[in-house]
Amino acid sequence: MIETQKLARKDFMSGQTVRWCPGCGDYAILAQVQSLMPALGIPREKIVFISGIGCSSRFPYYMNTYGFHTIHGRALPIAEGLKMANSDLQIWVITGDGDALSIGGNHFIHALRKNFDLKIIMFNNEIYGLTKGQYSPTSKIGQKTKSSPFGSIEKPVHPLSLALGVEATFVARTIDADPKHMLQVFKRASEHKGTAYVEVLQNCLIFNNGAHSFITDKMQRPDHALYLEHGKPLRFGPDNSKGIALKGTSPVIVEQVVDEKELLVHDETHEEPTHAYFLSRMRHPEFPVPLGVFRAVKKPIYDETMNQRIESAKKSRTEKNFRDFMVGNNSWTMR
Amino acid sequence: MKNEIKSFTIRFAGDSGDGMQLVGTRLTETLVVQGIDVSTLPDYPAEIRAPGGTVSGVSGYQMQFADHDIYSPGDTIDCLVAMNPAALKKCIADVAKGALVIVNEDAFTEQNLEKAGYENNPFADDSLIQYRIIKIPATSLTLQAVEGIGLQKPQAERCKNFFMLGLALWLLDCPIDATKEWISSKFKKNPQVLEANQRAFSSGYAYGDTKELSGLRFTVNKMEDFKAGTYINLSGNEAAAYGLVAAAESAGRRLFFGAYPITPASDIMQELAALPRFNVSMFQAEDEIAAVCAAIGASFGGAIAAAGTSGPGLCLKTEGINLAVIAELPLVVIDVQRGGPSTGLPTKTEQSDLLQALFGRSGESPVVVIAPQTPSDCFHSAYEAVRLAVHAMTPVIMLSDGYIGNGTEPFRIPEEGELPPIKLSFEVSPEKFQPYLRDPETLSRPWCVPGTPGYEHRIGGLEKQDVTGAVSYEPDNHDRMNRIRLEKIMKLQSVIPDQEIFGEEEGELLIVGWGGTFGSIRTAVEELRNEGVKVSHAQIKYLNPFPKNLGDILKRFKKILVPEINLGQLAWLLRAKYLIEPHQLNLLRGLPLKISDVKEKAIELLEAVR
Ligand code: SF4
Repeated sequence: MIETQKLARKDFMSGQTVRWCPGCGDYAILAQVQSLMPALGIPREKIVFISGIGCSSRFPYYMNTYGFHTIHGRALPIAEGLKMANSDLQIWVITGDGDALSIGGNHFIHALRKNFDLKIIMFNNEIYGLTKGQYSPTSKIGQKTKSSPFGSIEKPVHPLSLALGVEATFVARTIDADPKHMLQVFKRASEHKGTAYVEVLQNCLIFNNGAHSFITDKMQRPDHALYLEHGKPLRFGPDNSKGIALKGTSPVIVEQVVDEKELLVHDETHEEPTHAYFLSRMRHPEFPVPLGVFRAVKKPIYDETMNQRIESAKKSRTEKNFRDFMVGNNSWTMR
Repeated sequence: MKNEIKSFTIRFAGDSGDGMQLVGTRLTETLVVQGIDVSTLPDYPAEIRAPGGTVSGVSGYQMQFADHDIYSPGDTIDCLVAMNPAALKKCIADVAKGALVIVNEDAFTEQNLEKAGYENNPFADDSLIQYRIIKIPATSLTLQAVEGIGLQKPQAERCKNFFMLGLALWLLDCPIDATKEWISSKFKKNPQVLEANQRAFSSGYAYGDTKELSGLRFTVNKMEDFKAGTYINLSGNEAAAYGLVAAAESAGRRLFFGAYPITPASDIMQELAALPRFNVSMFQAEDEIAAVCAAIGASFGGAIAAAGTSGPGLCLKTEGINLAVIAELPLVVIDVQRGGPSTGLPTKTEQSDLLQALFGRSGESPVVVIAPQTPSDCFHSAYEAVRLAVHAMTPVIMLSDGYIGNGTEPFRIPEEGELPPIKLSFEVSPEKFQPYLRDPETLSRPWCVPGTPGYEHRIGGLEKQDVTGAVSYEPDNHDRMNRIRLEKIMKLQSVIPDQEIFGEEEGELLIVGWGGTFGSIRTAVEELRNEGVKVSHAQIKYLNPFPKNLGDILKRFKKILVPEINLGQLAWLLRAKYLIEPHQLNLLRGLPLKISDVKEKAIELLEAVR
């Protein structure tokens, strides 16, 4: 057995050959998750990775922890059941845009609504990779893919807006091209009590290369990314000269900030998800895309509440065993 | 004057708002505590409040009680209590000739007759001439009884089910004190209603002494040949819930139950929701798929995991069950079967999910399938399902049905130590551990759960390499793993009981049934045998794998009759597996098999021999 404090990144590498395409954004995500693990201070046996189906969902095989590579779209309910059965575990759910938002859409909204203590990392590459290139629920309208040769006619879903619509308690976004930021966001997710939902803008080199290049490309990033910091005004731009202000009920870009007071100040802890929702509506190319923690609030946790109920009911039980209960249930004896 | 009888079948029928279920359940409770055997069958309309006074809105509660062991709520009715014309119309065909029909005379208005679809008043012509009709103005007598309490008329009228309950207790010569106490405690929050119901009840009981009913009092003695013990009255669904709890307690693990509301299985989740103090976690999921998947997650986490559903839900659970097959995790899925396909007949019974349970999954996906035979057997079957699931690290599908799920009977609570202990799959040290290492005896893999140091491993839906559990696309390995998964299930033949036969071990005719038709078939066979007809009966509880002696048994009879509430699913299996040509009796009317149908078919087959 390896002692927690002595764990290093390599202790979390399973030794299975990683089978993603060379150059895939998934590698960077795996590396950051593996680096985060030793820092958590949680014994390895108490960490579980659960995934659905898709390129991203191979993830558990590469982690030397407990893991379950399940079925398409269903990682969340399986993780919920595991968490309810064993509340000591830290469970990470690895999913993709198709897995979480299309086939698993129903589970996604209910997991966030019920607020299980789970960490969800959703790799958003706006395409079905494992099935070789069909448009996904986050693909852009007009996007030409193998299943949309004339361009997709679907309006894409905006994952963070959806999550905030069901009042998810922790919502964040990061990008595969910024390892430091990724690590910070994952760390915040691991510390959150409740469902932590992180969208990672991830590049599928093979079927949707450059989908997020406006923000993953280092040169373009300052103009198109807005790094959120709690309590700080919303600023961006190469020399942080630009900002976001509120005009009426809409965001506007302030091209040259004169007085910081005119800018909107970020607050993760708003009771209502309205502020975070407003940020989630800021899209490329009209606006810079916010990265970081949109919302982090404390709310009752489903599995914790359920387990507390069970524990207190067990304590105040008067029957010796279950047989006792049945006998006490209007029974009669025949001899 | 009292008539001593050996058994009696009574049905209460009325509008779904008439409270007939309450009359039936209370009468049942009164009889069972006297040591009388009772078997019941509630019959609900599919709509919660179907249009009043119509035939489709009739709600019924039938019960048979006897001084001996009985297996069914009865075929033909000895006494029908009809609260309105629709109830009379719906039920009269099931009433024995010359039997008693008690009607609420006040409800036979022209309007109600029309709603029920009667063209003429049935009392005015000779259509009811073969029955002994007792007309009682139950509504007006109830109103009289509750006068002065200050209830509005509709509320006062609603007390008429207590009038009927009183009358029923008189009719069946039951003590009334316990029921009076029961009414007092049930309505203690509303003294006005309490008083009204007490008065209606007493008035119904007193009505029995009027001239009209003289000579119509029936007494059934307490059973002689019962198994000593402590009993409770349980429905099959309650029993299934209790069986799961008892099994998890024996295993020393939490019971996790994933469910989504569905008729007629919801009672199971409701029962379990009330039992957190026995370490039960009932999870109401967002859909059927999430319900079974959460159970699979809980099973991965070491809980005794189960899910409850009915046919349409089983369809949705197939993919999840398949995952549990390849991941080799213990899982119990209880399917309380109802009429299908699709939404079908939600409140009616059927046995048509057998082949779905066995084969309704992609790939070679063997699971254990067992079927309870009576309401109380639902307890033992649920317990057994858990035992087999953890023994072989496999999903087990338990095929209950709407008939035994809703039906009730006295359940003998097992004495301490009477149930077989639930043994978890084998243990292995961390050094030797491999996720798909197998116990040579059972072929079961170790159940090592997250949180345990030294056993970190990954499982999943992709094909596994034998022993190591690593992902493998290797051709021979895939072939081998499919065979192992099958063999593991077949090996259970050595831990399940042999098939029993009721009657001779060989002969002209063996009737083979499965699951919930037990009561009808066994009663039919007993009756035939009492009439001197030689017939044997085998009711199969273990449908996959079959008991190892089943093939031999089948070959010892000249004819096999397989009655089923489907179009021949067990017959199909027996034909395929044992190369025999069984005769079939198939009726899908949403109702239990009739004893008389089974008897007739048996006699027809035997006569063809002569
Ligand atoms: S298909 Fe795309 S997402 Fe999948 S591994 Fe290859 S590059 Fe990565």
